[in-house]
Amino acid sequence: MNKDKRLAYWRANLRLVGICLLVWFAVSFGAGVLFVEQLNTIRFAGFQLGFWFAQQGSIYVFVGLIFFYAWRMNRIDRDHDVHEE
Amino acid sequence: MSLQLLTYIVVGLSFALYIGIAIWSRAHSTSDFYIAGKGVSPVANGMATAADWMSAASFISMAGIIAFIGYDGSVYLMGWTGGYVLLALLLAPYLRKFGKFTVPEFIAERYYSKAARVVAVICLIFISFTYVAGQMRGVGIVFSRFLEVPVTTGLIIGMSVVFVYAVMGGMKGITYTQVAQYCVLIFAYTVPAVFIAIQITGNPVPQLAFGSEVTGTGTALLDKLDDIVTSLGFNQYTSGTKSRIDVFCITMALMVGTAGLPHVIVRFFTVPKVRDARVSAGYALLFIAFLYTTAPAVGSMARYNLINTIQTGEVGAPEANLAYTERPEWFRTWEQTGLVSFDDKNGDGRVQYYNDKNADFAAAAATNGWQGNELTVDRDIMVLANPEIAGLPNWVIALVAAGGIAAALSTAAGLLLVISAAISHDLVKGIIAPHISDKAELLAGRIAAAVAILIAGYLGFDPPGWVAQVVAFAFGLAAASLFPAILLGIFFKRVNREGAIAGMLTGLIFTYGYIEFFKGLFLKWAGAPWGENLAEHWLFGISPEGIGVIGMCLNFMVAITVSLLTSPPPEHIQHMVENIRIPRHLEKTS
Repeated sequence: MNKDKRLAYWRANLRLVGICLLVWFAVSFGAGVLFVEQLNTIRFAGFQLGFWFAQQGSIYVFVGLIFFYAWRMNRIDRDHDVHEE
Repeated sequence: MSLQLLTYIVVGLSFALYIGIAIWSRAHSTSDFYIAGKGVSPVANGMATAADWMSAASFISMAGIIAFIGYDGSVYLMGWTGGYVLLALLLAPYLRKFGKFTVPEFIAERYYSKAARVVAVICLIFISFTYVAGQMRGVGIVFSRFLEVPVTTGLIIGMSVVFVYAVMGGMKGITYTQVAQYCVLIFAYTVPAVFIAIQITGNPVPQLAFGSEVTGTGTALLDKLDDIVTSLGFNQYTSGTKSRIDVFCITMALMVGTAGLPHVIVRFFTVPKVRDARVSAGYALLFIAFLYTTAPAVGSMARYNLINTIQTGEVGAPEANLAYTERPEWFRTWEQTGLVSFDDKNGDGRVQYYNDKNADFAAAAATNGWQGNELTVDRDIMVLANPEIAGLPNWVIALVAAGGIAAALSTAAGLLLVISAAISHDLVKGIIAPHISDKAELLAGRIAAAVAILIAGYLGFDPPGWVAQVVAFAFGLAAASLFPAILLGIFFKRVNREGAIAGMLTGLIFTYGYIEFFKGLFLKWAGAPWGENLAEHWLFGISPEGIGVIGMCLNFMVAITVSLLTSPPPEHIQHMVENIRIPRHLEKTS
C-alpha cells in the first residue's frame, strides 16, 4: 500500500471525525452550556429546551453519533481497501 | 417478610450468581487474565463496559446530586456520556489495532521508553486509587443501611467481597460477571423510577414523565418543582449557580477524563476486531444511556417527593410542616445511620427544611418563626431512600440495594484489575524482572490487588468529598495526564519520548497540586488543604473539579513544544504509528 493511498484514507477519516466532533460540541457545550439561557425560552414537550439538551438530548445524540461514525467508517475502510478480512 | 431478610436474600442471590459466573469463566492464560483472550462480542463487551463504567457514583450518588443542584448536575450527565464519543472516534479503534495488554504498554512502545512507562503507571495508579476510594465509600453506605451495620463494618465486608471477586476472575471472569451485574443494576434502577413516574405524573416512562404534568395540577413537573424550591428560598431547579466557565470546564474535564480512564480503555482491547471496537463503544454508551437519561428524572422526582413529605402545605402556615413525631418510617431508619438528621432549632417539634443561606429569604423565614434549616439529608442516600420515600413495596427496596452493590463491585473489580495489571505486567514484567514466569506474574498481580484494596478501604473510610466528587477528581487527573499522551501518540507522529514524558508530568503535577491545594486528597495528614476552596481564589474561576482541562492544555503545549525542540522519533516508531492508523495489517515493504 503506497503513501498516497494511506494519506487519502487518513484524510477521509479525519474529515469524518471532524464533522462528528462538531456535532458533539454543538449539542453539549453549545446547546447545553453556552446558549442554554437563549434556548430555555423555547418550550419543548414540557421542558425548557436548553435544560432538555443538557440533561437528555445531548445523550441521545451522542449514542446516535457513535453508531453513525462506526457505520460510515466501515464504508470508508472498504472504499480504501483497508478493511479487515 | 421483613425488609432486612428480603435484602439478605436478594443480595445473597446476586452474589451467588456473580461467583457462579466467575467460576464458570475462569482465566486460563495471561491473555485471558488481562484482555479476555480478545474473544468478547461487541454487544457483550458494551454491556460489560457499561457495568464497569457505571459505578457507585452513577448508581447511588448522581441522581441525588442532581436532585439537590438541578441544572448544575448536567455536568455529570453530559460529561460521563460525551467522553464515549471521544473514545470511539479518537482512541478505541487505534488502541485495539495496537493490540497489547495495558495502557502503559502502549505509552512505552509508542514513546520507546521505560521511563515513559513508569510515568504512565504512576498516572494510572493515581487515577485508579482516587476512583476506587469513591467505590468503597459507596459499598460502605449500601451495606450499612441495608444490612444494618456501621459504615466501617460495611466497608470491611465490601472490601473482602471485592477482594475474593477480583482475584478470582481476571478480565474474562470479570467481563461475563459484569454482563450479569449490568442486568441487575439497570433493572434495579429502572423499576423504582417507573413506579415513581406513574405515581407523580401517570406516565410510566421516566424520560417522558420528567417533562409531563403532575397528576391533577395541570402544571409540568419541572415548573412545579421550580415553584416549590424557590418558595423555600432555594435556587431554581432548571437554572444553575455555577459560573458558565466552570460548568464548561467540569463537563470537558469529565468527558476527556472518561476517554483517558485506563479501566475503560482496556475494555476495547478485548474485542476481536478494529471495527468491533468502534461499534462496541456505541453499545456501551447505549446501555449507559438507559441509566443516564433516567437519572435526571429520578433526581427531580426525588426532590419533589422529599419536599412534599416535609412541607405538607402552604409555606409559613405552622401546621404545614411535618411534625417530628409523625415522621415516616424511612426517616427513622436513615436517622440511625446518621445520614439524615433533624435539629429542632426553634423548638416547635416540626421539621423546617429551607435554604437558610439565602439572605433574601431570611426575613420571610423569621416571620414564620423559623430559626434555621433543621433537616440535613446526605445527598448519597437519595436513590437508596427514594423507593421508601415513595412508599414502594419492600422487594423494590431490596432490589435497589442489590443494584447499588452490583454497581460498586463491578467498577471496583475493573479498577483493581488495571491496578494489578499495571504492577504485575508493566512494573514487574516490563521493567524489574522481564524473564519472570506467567505464574509469578499472576502472583505479583494478586499481591498488588490485596495492597490496593487495603489502601482503597482506608481512603473510602475518610474520603475528601461526596462519592461523585471524589470520582470527579480521577477524571481531572486522567484528562491531564494519559489522554493527551495517547491522542498525540496516534494523531501526531512527530511527538517523541521527551515531549510525552514532560507533558504527562506537567499535566499530572499541575492538576494534582491544584486539587490537593484546595480540597486535600492524600495529604490530609500534612495539613492539606492549604487554600480556601472559594470561587474568588480559583484560577480563572475554575473549580478543582474542572481544573483538569487546564492541565490537559498544559500537557498538549509542553509535549508539542518539547518534541519540536528535540529530535523526531526513530523510523520504526513512525512505521508503527502508520500501522495502527489502518485497520488491516500493514506490510513492512510499503
